[in-house]
Formats: sequence, C-alpha cells, structure tokens
Amino acid sequence: MKKEKKMTLTLPVEELMSCGHLACQGCGATLAMRYMLKALGQKTAVCIPACCWAVIDGPYPYSSLEVPIYHCAFETAASTATGVKAGLVATGDNETTVVAWAGDGGTFDIGLQALSGSAERNDDIIYVCYDNEAYMNTGIQRSSATPYGAWTTTTPVKHFKNRPKKDIVAIMAAHRIPYIATASIAYPEDFVKKMKKAKQIKGTRFFHVFAPCPTGWKSRPDDSVKLARMAVQNGIFPLYEVENGEKTTLTLKLTDRKPIGDYLRLQGRFRHLKEPDIAVMQAEVDARWERLLKGCEAA
Amino acid sequence: MKKVIMGNHALSYGAMLSRTRVIAAYPITPQTQVVELLSEMCADGTLDATFIKVESEHSAMASCIGASVAGARTFTATSAQGLALMHEMLHWASGGRHPVVMGNINRSMAPGWSIWTDQNDSLSERDTGWMQYYCSSNQEVLDTVIQAFKVSEALMIPAMVVLDAFALSHTYEVVDVPDQKAVDRYLPPFAPEIRLTPSDPHAFGGLTSPEHYFELRYKLQKDMEKAPALIEETGRDFEKAFGRPLGLVDAYRCDDADFLFVTSGTAGSTARVAVDALRNEGVRAGNLRLRVFRPFPFATVRKIVARAKKVAVVDRNISYGCHGIFFQEVKSALYGRPQAPPLFGFITGLGGRDITVEHFKEMAAQTLSHDRPEEEIGWIGVKR
Repeated sequence: MKKEKKMTLTLPVEELMSCGHLACQGCGATLAMRYMLKALGQKTAVCIPACCWAVIDGPYPYSSLEVPIYHCAFETAASTATGVKAGLVATGDNETTVVAWAGDGGTFDIGLQALSGSAERNDDIIYVCYDNEAYMNTGIQRSSATPYGAWTTTTPVKHFKNRPKKDIVAIMAAHRIPYIATASIAYPEDFVKKMKKAKQIKGTRFFHVFAPCPTGWKSRPDDSVKLARMAVQNGIFPLYEVENGEKTTLTLKLTDRKPIGDYLRLQGRFRHLKEPDIAVMQAEVDARWERLLKGCEAA
Repeated sequence: MKKVIMGNHALSYGAMLSRTRVIAAYPITPQTQVVELLSEMCADGTLDATFIKVESEHSAMASCIGASVAGARTFTATSAQGLALMHEMLHWASGGRHPVVMGNINRSMAPGWSIWTDQNDSLSERDTGWMQYYCSSNQEVLDTVIQAFKVSEALMIPAMVVLDAFALSHTYEVVDVPDQKAVDRYLPPFAPEIRLTPSDPHAFGGLTSPEHYFELRYKLQKDMEKAPALIEETGRDFEKAFGRPLGLVDAYRCDDADFLFVTSGTAGSTARVAVDALRNEGVRAGNLRLRVFRPFPFATVRKIVARAKKVAVVDRNISYGCHGIFFQEVKSALYGRPQAPPLFGFITGLGGRDITVEHFKEMAAQTLSHDRPEEEIGWIGVKR
C-alpha cells in the first residue's frame, strides 16, 4: 500500500530579503544572505564592511533587508559587530543576534586582526564570511582566499596564483571558539540547520560560506548552485563543523569523491590550466581532504 | 569630593560620572592609567559598563562606533600612534554622526620614538569632523568629559578631550570630583532619535551617491557651527551647577592687554605666570588660551585679539612646509579685519621639550621689539 506523502517545507517561509537588491545574476552571496536571515529571523542586526554586499543591499536611502544594517569600515566587521552587541545589551536588548557579514578579502586579509581579536575574547557575535575567492567588488583581484591556479586581474594567466588558499577554518579553530561551520548555497537545509544551531550558542561563531561569483569566476550565472554543489562533492569545499576548536564533524559524508576537473572546466578563471597544473590542485585537495578526515577521527 | 588625582584618572572619573555604558580601548603610553582605572571600575561594579579589551586602536574606535549606533554612551582614550591608527575610524564616527567621546593624550609622533608631549597627533586629526577641547588642568579634564558628552549628544558629533603627556596626564592635582546626582541632573542619559535596532530597521551608512552625500556633509558643518554657542551655554549651566566655568576660551588678563599670548594646553598655564611677570615689568600682557579648537571659536578670538596691539601665537606643533597650526588658524580668523594686530608665530616645545616662563618672556621680547616678525616662524628653544 502506498503511503500518501505530505509535502513538508524544509526551509523557513519568512523572507527578510526583498527584491530590488543590486547583485549580479547568479550571485552566490545573495542566496547566502537569504538563507542566513531565514534561519536567524527578524531579531538580527548585520554589520557589513566593504564587500559586494555593501553595494548589493542598495544605495542610500534604500535597503533590501528587513533587518537593521550598519555599513562599517573594511577591516572592522568583527569589532563593529562586537560594539553593536555591547551597545544593544547596554540598552536592554539581550535578544538580538548580531552578525558580522564580510567577504573573503574582509575576512582572510584586511579584517583578520579584528576577527582574531573578537574570537580570542569570544565576543558574542556570528561572523559569516561569504567567500567568492577574490576581491570581486573592486573588479576581481586576488585575495588570500583565491585558490591555487586561478586567474584574477592581479594574477594574470602568465602568472596565475601559485599559492594555495589560506585555511581560514583552521585559523579560527585555533582560537577554540565554540562553533565553526562551513556552509554552501547548494545545501540550504544544511546551511539553515547550522545557522539555527549557532543562534543558540553564546560566544563567537564563525561561518565559512562558499559563494560562487559568475562575474569573477567567468562562469554561467545559472551554474552557480551547480558549482557550489560540485565543490562540496569533489572535496574542494567540504561541509563540516568544528566545535570548541576540537570536535570536527563532517556534515556531509562523501563516499564517492569526484575529481576536480569538471568543476574547473565550467569556470573561465581556470581555463588556462594545463593537466600538470590541475594535478597540483588535485593533490592539494586530496591532501586537505585526508587531513580533514584525520581531524574527524581524532575527535 | 576633593581628591588628588592624575590627569589620566581625571579622564576616567569623567567617563565614570558620565555613566559611560561601553568602553573599548587599547593601551598606549601615556594613556594607560585612563583605561586601567576604568577596567577596575567596570570589574568592581563602580561603573555599569562593558569594557571591550580590543586588539588595536582601530578596533577600539570601530567598537565604540558600533556601541554608539546601538544607543549606548561610549568612551575611549588613546594617544599619538594609536590616534593615527584610528584615523579612518575618526572620519567614520563623525560621518556616521556617532557622539563618541575620547580622551587623547598629546604625544609626539614617531620616529624617533617619543612618549613626550606635542600636539601634532591631535592636530593631524583636525579635519576629521571631531570637536577638540584642549585642557590645562586635571579639573578641566574631568569637567570637560562631562560637558563634551552633553554637547556631542545634542549635536551627534564626536569629541576629543586633549591633554598634554606627562605635563598633565601624569601630574597629580587637587580635583573636585562632582557628586553623581549632580552630574546626572546636568547630563541626562543618551537617547538618540534613531538607533540601530531590529524594532525599527534602518541601513546606516550605505552607498551614497553625489545626489545625497554633499548634503550630509553640509549638515555636519551646520551642526558644527551650532557648537560654539552650545559650548558656551552648557558651560554656563555647568558653572551654575558646579561653580566652574567652561567656555570656548580661557582669557586671562586680556581685557586691558596690549600684548597677548595665544596658547593652548598646559603651555597656557605657564603663560599665565609669564603674563604676571610681564605685568610686573610694566607690560600690559594677557593670555588667551584656546580651550576649544574645533569648532574654531572665530567670533571670540576676533573680539579678544582685536583689542591687542601685538599678538604672539604659541604652537607646540607644526604643519611642515607651512607654520604652526594655531598660528594659521588665528591668522585666518583675522584676515581682512582692519583692526587686526600684527601676529608673531612661535614654534616651541616639540617632542616634549619644556616650555618655560623664560621662553614666554623671549617670545614677548621678540614680539614687542619688532613691528613685524623677522622670520616667518619664530623658533623658541631649538638648538640650531
């Protein structure tokens, strides 16, 4: 006998991000914001430094979010958010979740000091880095989140990026903060679940969100979600959590990890790569994956 | 209650009596005692405030801005290199209209490393949209913090309370620490019209096109122009409540003076002694100490300076390739005034070198013996 299936919604219906934002077509960062707000709800304040989202939200006097936003200086997402939290508590608001919402440049590079300071003090904020792997808002310049092999306007094809991406999660884990998660726009249920979990935790919580950028990656806008999914499934961007800097847990186990070639071929930024270059990248992804598995076993 | 305290602690008591709710600060010599005492006050409950022990001055100001926009009264303190590191955020605080009050201990900029006083650190921030008060006693430091919050919160413009390294920061003086209830009557809680809260969501500081930006800056200037009258008014109210005046300037024996010093900071106190000595020698001298530098008290300066026949402006700072900064400002205030007296600009005391009564007498002698300055800059106490 066939059991009648009732459709259940897997994501909160509430929309706190409205239309009218200024993102490019296929922007991963936009979906990331939408899912975050679905998870956190209206009692949220967001601090946004210089990054794509400083523009996406809309120019003065408009905003596409139904939560308050403070546009802060490039390197101050964490320190401004810490101040906002302290200020809200001082005015009697202990409830509002304060989020620092920064790109990879604002996190891996210029904002790292302030972020480390907040994490060391265990300030009560959620820090989200939406990572599109370069300075996209200024026109695609390399950041320390740009992967090995990638073209950007400051790593031209004749001298493409020859150093691997900084391991931001390991850096944050070394601060022993209560909660760290990676999240992907291709796995919204996982994203929302982790964000809801983080909301219940006090202290510094860090999210590393993979946010494809068709403009900077020279990929098709309608491939953004596909690319994000491929990056998870080939181990370039594994989904996992780190609790208290110690307990590492894969939230999506991969039984059949795909090679990275198909993922690279969908993006113009990797078009110049020869097979030996791709082999270097594959070896790096494999090594990182093994390290991650060992970390999970140790926990 | 009268207490013998150092200038740095006068800042701490000022912040405490103002019921500051959030403090974010980073240590730097010679500011450290300000934040050490505040840490203790926060730890033992004397002050109901959150102290964010940040990892840099840049973050200190960022956290202050965040707390201020959320509606909390916010204080920090720094000096020299720390202030310079904050530079970007100083623009942010004024541009965002966040009335943070900050103590700055005037310390010379490196290199070479110096911990001693001069004014180039704070005067380099002249154009950041902050109000600047220069103090000459520990009492004035404490009183000014309270007044600064009142003025800043009325105008939504941040303010710097400036005092000389060591000459004031580490000097102990008798200070009348006002009663908390009296301060509460003078300074009501911070209640901004708009603040960052989910119950009334706004986006603060977003991308602003040429269509709107100009007006935001015009309004900042217009509100800054309201500050001189408000400083005078809140200063009179302060005098009524606490018996001490807090005006734009401190004019000492200026009414009948033929010769004026224009000074700031602790050099202004030394100048008073020099004025008395000159009077004993038959020179009708006076000292106009500028207490407020931003907004520049044009009207008051014009009124007082125009009465003198000769004026010596004393700068413990320099704008390289130009002149002393107070000198330039006084000169610009007098430009085109038919009765403007000749101005002599002196630079002295850089890097914390003492400015003595003898130095003031030398400046007076040079000014009184010449119709016009012989050199563009009068250098006092320099080895050349």
